Amino acid sequence: MSFEYKNWINALPEPNGVLAKIQIEGRSLIQNLGIPSREIENWRLTDLKKLESLLTLPISKEQVQQRTPSSAELADQNDAGVRLTLSPNRNPLQLITLPYGIRELSKDEIKEIMKFKMSKIKSKVDWTKLLNHATANQIVGLNIKGTNVPSLELIMPANASEFSSTRIIINVEKGSKLELLEVVIGAKKSAQNHLIEINLEESAELKHGLIGLGVSEASLLAHLSVTQKPNSTYSLSSVQHGWSLGRCEQHIKQVEGQAQSIIRGLQISKGNEQLATHSLVSFDGPEGSLDQLQKSAAADQSHCIFNGAIKVPQKAQKTNAAQLSRNLLISENARIDTKPELEIIADDVRCTHGATVSQLQEDEIFYLQSRGITTDQATALLLKGYCQEILKGLPANAGRWGILKKLLEIVKR
Amino acid sequence: MIRPEAQTLLEISDLHAHVEDQPILKGLNLKVKAGEIHAVMGRNGSGKSTLSKVIAGHPAYTVCKGQVLFQGENLLEMEPEIRARIGIFLGFQYPIEIPGVSNLEFLRVATNARREQIGKEELDTFDFEDLVNERLKVVQMDPSFLERSVNEGFSGGEKKRNEILQMALLEPTIAILDETDSGLDIDALRIVAKGVNQLANEDNATLLITHYQRLLNEITPDYVHVMAGGKIVRTGGSELAIELERSGYEWIDSDKNNQEVK
Ligand SMILES: Nc1ncnc2c1ncn2[C@@H]1O[C@H](COP(=O)(O)OP(=O)(O)O)[C@@H](O)[C@H]1O
Ligand SMILES: [Mg+2]
Repeated sequence: MSFEYKNWINALPEPNGVLAKIQIEGRSLIQNLGIPSREIENWRLTDLKKLESLLTLPISKEQVQQRTPSSAELADQNDAGVRLTLSPNRNPLQLITLPYGIRELSKDEIKEIMKFKMSKIKSKVDWTKLLNHATANQIVGLNIKGTNVPSLELIMPANASEFSSTRIIINVEKGSKLELLEVVIGAKKSAQNHLIEINLEESAELKHGLIGLGVSEASLLAHLSVTQKPNSTYSLSSVQHGWSLGRCEQHIKQVEGQAQSIIRGLQISKGNEQLATHSLVSFDGPEGSLDQLQKSAAADQSHCIFNGAIKVPQKAQKTNAAQLSRNLLISENARIDTKPELEIIADDVRCTHGATVSQLQEDEIFYLQSRGITTDQATALLLKGYCQEILKGLPANAGRWGILKKLLEIVKR
Repeated sequence: MIRPEAQTLLEISDLHAHVEDQPILKGLNLKVKAGEIHAVMGRNGSGKSTLSKVIAGHPAYTVCKGQVLFQGENLLEMEPEIRARIGIFLGFQYPIEIPGVSNLEFLRVATNARREQIGKEELDTFDFEDLVNERLKVVQMDPSFLERSVNEGFSGGEKKRNEILQMALLEPTIAILDETDSGLDIDALRIVAKGVNQLANEDNATLLITHYQRLLNEITPDYVHVMAGGKIVRTGGSELAIELERSGYEWIDSDKNNQEVK
């Protein structure tokens, strides 16, 4: 293990707060494990240089500065939703009165949910998650109850040239419904590690948007862990863009099957960026369903990675899972790696998967050009169509973030 | 209508074009003046679509000899989108389906690009909707087609009507319609023909590429050209189309002038 890495771990602030014990354990684990290497399948394609260099950044000791919201965002703020800005070293719940239907989880409740999730997930090693254990010193725990709960928006800003970690845990009670939008916003040369754990009780419904908006030389390592009880519906739309190194791990477990998972993912890379999505959906009971569509578009010399694992053990009979990976190479020098990883043991199941990598079609571009539309405009129009299929699944309050416009920036440079 | 004093819109001389290494157009000449309607006929593979795509600027075709002037300007130097903006319109034989791109937005962006060129003000979404609803009547198309992706899942006839709708919005100076009549039933054919007649005036011109006399019963051409082996081998008036319908293209093969010179 590298000397810098060890030093970096040793230089982390003294364990403190509610997560002190977890920090101590996490640090010892990530120290023993070392930085992920090429030998580990899920990290095989990762740009390890970038990973190593983000693990030298000093950890944010101050609160992350409040980003000044743009006028467009402010203009749109008068909806009924709740907005929380998360930052290390500060509990945002102290500053706000939560509306009816959303309340803070007690320490004991958080512990109990964590314990439940642990018992169900039985995961070996999730390095990104352990990194969060080692570094996060705050946890925001929320409980959702009711079918008319206001939408929730969580913002994770960063400080330039610093490393920061945020952690959220959300429990959606039986039969309750929530729209949740998370926006991780990078700053120049920042690194962010974000862990969100979600539990959906029976018949609960969650519409979840996870948006990562990077800036030059910023990195994001995010881990999402969802447990779903029977008859719950979890619908995720994730978008990442602009990270030098972006990694989004999405682990969903239907603890007894019989639930519905819908995943929509979009990553658009440019320059020398590397964006990765690693999903893992496992069915620990019968009659579960998954509908997954992942899109990656890569411009310039950038690199997109998608790894989509689906596990259907013997007890998951009558599972119905469909995974589709549709990719677009915008430049000849870009690279896209897409890999389904289906582990199906049950025999009475319907599991389909497919992957395509295509280029912008010359004939489509020419057709648009022949109507007076420039190649840049044509590319933007085609890309817009490509993105919208995913963006339309985001919670309604995502509109104010002008994501489409940001995504299309890769064309108009 | 033929008027000797009318402005020459399109002038093609000794045009040679190839795709990859295969020559397709081999010395084609054609002159089109304002107000005229020309029909280009000929067997499959004679190079009609290639001619239309070369005029529109398709990147797959390379012009190795000859010139194409539009209102006196060298068209071959211009990007396809510039050609479209200055008034060249190609109605595709096989219109392209573009999933995910809204037909309405496509039509609006295209229309505004053309309007900007001819000095008309840009239309916002509301004004554009008024315009497009008016022009939809020309092709008797249902407004629901605007909500769909460009040509996606349209039937053959619907695609062709969408082409004419684009033509009606763009108000081109020269419209090249590549087999707009094929795949249309008789009612759709009448609608398309009516649209073309409605849009033709003394300042613009139309080039109809077709196989069949059927379209020419609805639109009377001033000139009929026959293409073979990458050039125009015969030109006549509307009566030539009727003759071709009767006697076919066999005469081409027996004419020494049309044999390939190797
Ligand atoms: N993009 C292309 N690649 C290869 N061959 C082509 C291409 N376009 C046209 N051709 C060939 O050129 C000839 C003329 O085709 P085309 O212009 O489509 O004829 P028409 O429209 O008169 O039926 C045909 O032999 C056709 O196969
Ligand atoms: Mg043709």
